[in-house]
Parts: sequence; structure tokens; C-alpha cells
Amino acid sequence: MTTAATTATRRAPRRLRFQPIAAILIALLTLGVPFWLVIATASKDQAEALDPNLAPPSQWQLFDNFATVFTDGRMLTAFFGSLLVMVPAVVGVLVLGSMAAWILGRRGGRLLAAVYALAISGIVLPPAVVTIVLLLRQLGLAGTALGMIGVYMGMYLSTVVFFVTGFVRTIPPELEEAARVDGAGPVRVFARVILPLLRPVLATATILICLYIWNDVFYALFVIGGRIDTLPLNLYQVASAGLYLQNWHLIFAYIILMSLPLLITFVVAQRRIISGITSGAVK
Amino acid sequence: MTTNISLHKGARRHDHPLWFLIPALVVLVVFFVVPTLFNFVYAFTDWSSFKSAIGFAGIDNFVSLFSNGTLLNSLKVTLVYAVLVAVFQNAFGLALALLLERDTRINRAVRVAFFIPVVMSALAVGYIFQALLKPDGALNGILSAFFGTEVAIPWLGSTTWTIVVVAIVHAWKWMGLSMLIYLAGLKTISEDVLEAARLDGASRWTMFRSIRFPLLAPAVTFNVATALLGSMNGFDIVQATTEGGPGGTTELLNIFIFRTFGQGLFAQATTMSLVLFLTVTILAFPVIRFLRKREDVL
Repeated sequence: MTTAATTATRRAPRRLRFQPIAAILIALLTLGVPFWLVIATASKDQAEALDPNLAPPSQWQLFDNFATVFTDGRMLTAFFGSLLVMVPAVVGVLVLGSMAAWILGRRGGRLLAAVYALAISGIVLPPAVVTIVLLLRQLGLAGTALGMIGVYMGMYLSTVVFFVTGFVRTIPPELEEAARVDGAGPVRVFARVILPLLRPVLATATILICLYIWNDVFYALFVIGGRIDTLPLNLYQVASAGLYLQNWHLIFAYIILMSLPLLITFVVAQRRIISGITSGAVK
Repeated sequence: MTTNISLHKGARRHDHPLWFLIPALVVLVVFFVVPTLFNFVYAFTDWSSFKSAIGFAGIDNFVSLFSNGTLLNSLKVTLVYAVLVAVFQNAFGLALALLLERDTRINRAVRVAFFIPVVMSALAVGYIFQALLKPDGALNGILSAFFGTEVAIPWLGSTTWTIVVVAIVHAWKWMGLSMLIYLAGLKTISEDVLEAARLDGASRWTMFRSIRFPLLAPAVTFNVATALLGSMNGFDIVQATTEGGPGGTTELLNIFIFRTFGQGLFAQATTMSLVLFLTVTILAFPVIRFLRKREDVL
């Protein structure tokens, strides 16, 4: 390691000296400009924000704008709407997916190979978004939270099954045997032995699926649009309805507020999230 | 249960009972498989919001979508968009990974910053860039200040180049993810190989081209496949920036599906949904196989 480092410093001292400057400059240009635009515009009044530009606001009123979108934009209802569909869907896919993945990881045979292929096909294949609406109508679930939860579960079960089945195969079967010798049935073995061991892979899956569901607007527009508000649905209405047509300051204030929960989660659990996401990808 | 063998087999079945699969399979069949099968049925009907009965219509939907050009246009736009996003997202992601490869404090902070767009809502990203790219928006403002003359490029108003601009926005949102995957891939390359090449006098470019890039193959597979699939299913960013315009030149299949669904033309929307399903099915497996094969060569 040290020899490599010394050769590198000897060979390219200039590159190493300029690298931090280049990194910061590129980040400022590609990230700083859009983010500053959001913050500056969200802090202006309507007249000043009419043409969003990079000029700093003559008078900062970020929190006044937050208050406006919070009360006028039905933000709180939308926040709870987002939670209402996300939490049950995530818990549901994790439990059902892990149960299935345990069996798929432990037993072989042609039938189970076919079931596995079917179960993970959803990673690649797009959901049939139009006919889902028809089906939900026939089931009496159109426009309900339950229907939306079912749709999300159907979409993301494959992700969970894929991640967890691979992980189950790395768990030594002896750990299960020990519990079985003590007289534990399959439900007990699964709940007491397997589920706790799955924690790291379930954490990764939770993060990914939360990210998708929290930010989804496409499927929500079809299934619950106009019935239940979620944050992205509400942003879509706020931005496309005439109400806020020229109100860039409110749109951007809304964007900042709705991004905060995920941003805070990300900053707090950064290490874990990054290692979780990259661990599965490069093998 | 009487002989030893059957006891063993029975115990195996008993230890991992098949009924554990049932809840997941029920959800999967009801909410994923059945709607997909419905796609193959309702694409051949006249289902719409204008009449209550649904009748068989043969291939009328395909014929009308094909003859008025929307089917081929949306299909072309979707494929071009997917390829552009895959190219930009991987180019940006790889460039960032190489730039921020060393584990310094600044690099770590900048990596985290580049992951912020990944966490944000794609719809929000679309609105931000709509404001940034307006003819009198911030980007043209910067360019005007830089060149000293008035610049008023309609970034989102060109029938030729807007699809490229929107693909770059999509790549901007996801490049942090590609960067992370490439960084993880670069970490797996053993220092000994690089040191040996360095002792042989290989230049940085030679080392990258003939050692590091080929060894990144698994990361490339993952990044290209996810970028292609993600952008073929794209909707949010395009809807928030151009809504499919100008003149339908950025109308992805999903934008078309959403628009026709809103107009009550359910059968036509279903037909396009089927087209998307078939396109992804036909493309996904060969693409993944091709990329995997590239890994095997090593």
C-alpha cells in the first residue's frame, strides 16, 4: 500500500494536487447550480420568483413559503397518504418475500426453479399499469389504499425474493437444525432463526423499496390519483394545476419539504445505505 | 415415515413447507401475473370510458396506432431515450468514480453530494430542470454572462435535441448510483495487478483501457442493464420537463399510455402497455446475456 502511494505521488504530483479542486468545481457546477436555484427561488416572493434565476433573493422568506405550501398544499395529508401506502407495502413485501425466499433457497427441484423464475421476473418486466386498474375495479379495490399497497407489493416482491434467496443460501443449515432439535416447528424456525439473520439484506431491500415507493408518481396516478394524496401526487397537482402555475417559489418550497424526510434518512444512515446498495451489484 | 429414507424426505418437506410460498404467490399472481395476462386480452378489445360494454375488436388498436404513426414514434423515442440515458449515465458515473476514487475526506463528501439526486423524487428533478432550462432560465443566464452576449437557447423546445437534453437530466439524477457501483467495482481490482502494470511502465490511460475497464465488466453489466430498463419505464422526468413535446418528439410509451388513459381510450393505452411489455421482454434478455458474455471472456 505504502509503495503504491509513494509511486503515485512521485509519478503524478500535479494530478493529485489538482484533483480536490477539480472534484469541488465539478460538484459546484453540476450540483451547486441546480440546488442553489431551488433554495434561492424557494426563498423569494412571487414577483421575484416569476423567472427563476440564480440571483439571491432580495428578502429571504423561505419559512414563510414553507408555511404557505404546508397549509395551502395539503402537505400533511399527502405526507400521511404516502406513509399509508408505503409502510404496509414495505412490511408486506419483506415478510411475504422472505417467507418465499427461505423455501426457494432451501429446496430444489424443477417446480421450485420455475416458481423462482416467475417470482423474480418482475425485476425486469414492466407492470401492466392499465389493466391493473381494471382488475382493481373488478376486485372493488379501485382508488383504495389497499389496492395501491397490493400493486406495490406485486411490483417489488421480485426484488425481495431475488435479494433474500441469494442470502438464505449463505446461511448454514446447521443453525436451523439446532433449533429443530429443540422441537421448533417451521414457523418458529423462520421467525426466531432465519428472520433475525436476514436483517442486513432486509435493510438493503427496505431502503431500495422505500426510495421507489416514496417517489413513485406514475403508478399512483393510475391507481389512486384523485382519491388519496401522496407527496409526489400532490406535487404533480400543485405544479400542473393553474393554482401554482407561476408560483415557482411555492413549487420549489414544496420540493425542499418533500425531499427532507428521505434526505435526512440518507444523511443519518449514509454508510449503511451505500454499502447495502453496492454490495449486491458487483459480484 | 416408517423407513429411514422416507423419514428423511418427509422431514425435509416438513422443515421447509411449501405453504410458505403461498402468500407471496397469491399477491404476485393477483397483482402482477393476472394484469399482465389481461394485457394480452384487452389490447384486442374496444374497452373505453365512452361505453359500458367491452367488445372484441381484433387487431384494430394495433392497426390504428400503427397507421397514424404513434406506435412507431413512441417506440422509437423510447428506445433512443433508453440508449442515450444508458450512455450518459454510465459515462458520467464512470468519470465521477475515477475522479473521486481516492478515499480522501473531500472525495467522500463529494460522493455523498452526488447521491442526493438519487434520493430525490424524479418528478421534482424534472421541475427543477424545467426552470433551469427555460429560454429565459438560469442556464441561458449563466451562458449569457460567460459569453457576454444574450443567449436564449430553447433547450426544451427543439424537436431534434430536446430528447438528448432530457436524457442528460435523467442521467444527472441517476449518475450518483452508477458512480457508487463503479467505485465498488474499482475497489475489487487487486492492487498487485495495477502495481505490476505500473512496474512495466504502463501509462495511466493504458492501465485504464486494458486492465481496469475490462475488470469493471460486472459493474458495467449492472449499470447498463439498470439504466436501460429504468429509462424504458421512464415517465416522471419527461412528464415534468416536456410532457412529451415538442411535437411528440419526447413521447415515451409511458407518457402515451398516461395521456390516452386520461382521455378514456383504455384499449389503446392497454395496447401500448403490451407493446412496452413485449419490447422490454424481447430486449432485456439478449442485452443481459450479451453483457454477461463479455464478463466471461475475461
